[in-house]
Amino acid sequence: MLVNNDTMRAPAIETENLTKEYPYGFLHLKKKTSLEGLTLQVETGEVFGLLGPNGAGKSTTIKLLMNLIFPTSGHARLLGKPTDDVEMHRGIGYLPEQPYFYDYLTAAEVLDYFAKFFDFTTADRKERVQRMLKKVGLETAGKIQLRKYSKGMLQRVGLAQAILHDPQLVILDEPMSGLDPVGRREVRDIILELKHAGKTILFSTHILPDAEMLCDRVGVIVGGKLQGVGAPSEIVGIAAHKMEILFSLASAVVEGAATNLPLLAKATRTGERYRLEVAEDDLYAALGQLRDAGAKILSVAQVKPSLEEYFMHLVAADRAQAAAVEVSGK
Amino acid sequence: MKNIAAVALNTFREAVRDRVMYNLVFFALLMMGAAILVGQISIGIEEIVIVSLGLSAISFIGLLMAVFIGVGLVSKEMDKRTIYALLAKPVRRWEFLVGKFAGLVFTLAVNTTAMAAGLFLALFYVRHSLQPSDLGLLVAVYFILLKLAIVVALALLFSCSTTSLLSILYSAGLYIAGSFVQQMRTLRSDLAGPTTAAIMRWLSYLLPNFENFSVTGSVAHGVAIPRALILQNTLYAALYCAVVLTGAAIIFSRRNLK
Repeated sequence: MLVNNDTMRAPAIETENLTKEYPYGFLHLKKKTSLEGLTLQVETGEVFGLLGPNGAGKSTTIKLLMNLIFPTSGHARLLGKPTDDVEMHRGIGYLPEQPYFYDYLTAAEVLDYFAKFFDFTTADRKERVQRMLKKVGLETAGKIQLRKYSKGMLQRVGLAQAILHDPQLVILDEPMSGLDPVGRREVRDIILELKHAGKTILFSTHILPDAEMLCDRVGVIVGGKLQGVGAPSEIVGIAAHKMEILFSLASAVVEGAATNLPLLAKATRTGERYRLEVAEDDLYAALGQLRDAGAKILSVAQVKPSLEEYFMHLVAADRAQAAAVEVSGK
Repeated sequence: MKNIAAVALNTFREAVRDRVMYNLVFFALLMMGAAILVGQISIGIEEIVIVSLGLSAISFIGLLMAVFIGVGLVSKEMDKRTIYALLAKPVRRWEFLVGKFAGLVFTLAVNTTAMAAGLFLALFYVRHSLQPSDLGLLVAVYFILLKLAIVVALALLFSCSTTSLLSILYSAGLYIAGSFVQQMRTLRSDLAGPTTAAIMRWLSYLLPNFENFSVTGSVAHGVAIPRALILQNTLYAALYCAVVLTGAAIIFSRRNLK
């Protein structure tokens, strides 16, 4: 009985020391590590975002999970099954990065083709294909060959084929890439819909707002290593916050402002408005100076660090740590 | 089996939509031209010329299709990344491979059958009748198809392990070498040296023996083809394809799809 309960509570995705190295160079003697010792758990029903800059190892992780490439060491289990178990795929939907499908087929035909690998009746298959086309907004373009599709439309086909068989676990590699704002919104809605239906979703992205909006937890990969896992708000909070002050100055004040208000040199001017960024600790001092100079405060807001800044923060920390290890080694 | 059939059907559909079958127009024009020309310049050997030319054209066109499409069966799916979404479905890699093989062999069968029908029409045009001995033509066409199946399997094997250009060269090279198997087996050691002759003899058993499939001369002259040869060639082709496809599946199932 205990075993059954444990099985039911098994994580949707479980990796242990997953490592991928690619040999290169003369006789393949050199090795490039794309992913190093990834140990991760994604719980059932969770929306998990895999964040990281380009080339960080996100796609490598996803391809390892999908058994498209094989680990150098370590192992992974999806829905309690090892990744080399082909039956595992019955419960998993996958959207590849920048998906491309048979351009001689129509969207309806490509979905019908993929549906044939599941145990659907012909009538069920046809009904699902139509339902999916409608879901991704392609019901009118379903009979056009994919060679005439835009990148965004192909992304929608990719999403449709990923959820065609009502999978328990959906893995999406950069699902928002190549989409216009409307398309991104629609994809976000589909992900939220899947979340409400109790599905587990893992998706990779380098766009932090997407992750903040959708994810229960995110994992950040930099340089092939998992640098941190947590709720998006925690992740963003790791980097130091800055404050943004928007203000304006009366024209009489501007003339003598350079001497009376040293802060002005650090501000950027757009029309009549000035924008100043200060550290959180320096906020009140800056506001005091502006008040004394007769500035009119328009707004004060917290500046959340961009993902790029956060990555740079992690990369810098990673390099500093590596340098420290090297020095202590000497 | 269901998965293999789905992949095979899609491969056939791809060939049809990529206008691969347009080669039939070329074949039809060739046969029409030959039939008209042969009727005017050759006396008494019209059917020999038509049969020889027709079977050679069927074999050559089929060979071009088998090598060039065969090499692209897997590599095209990898280059265009269409394979990612497919292998994310409950499909085993060997099923994908066998489905691709079956799809192209089916395409070749349809194409070869259409060309054979054209050949019969040309034969009827020059002779104004068909004879029971013409059934030998069907056997010759069947042998060509068996030969093409082996070429497709080899092209698949190479495309699983190397670049498209090298796969084309290897497949075509093996086809040419396989057409001279008897000469390799009977190479005289006093001329080539005992070591070379021994290597050639061993090699000749590894290479596909395409000479057994070449019955154009016999058919053109109305010589009956023994049933034992039909059985032997069928079993040989089936076994050779099975071995080569097994090798391809082993290589492909270990390949990282980067």
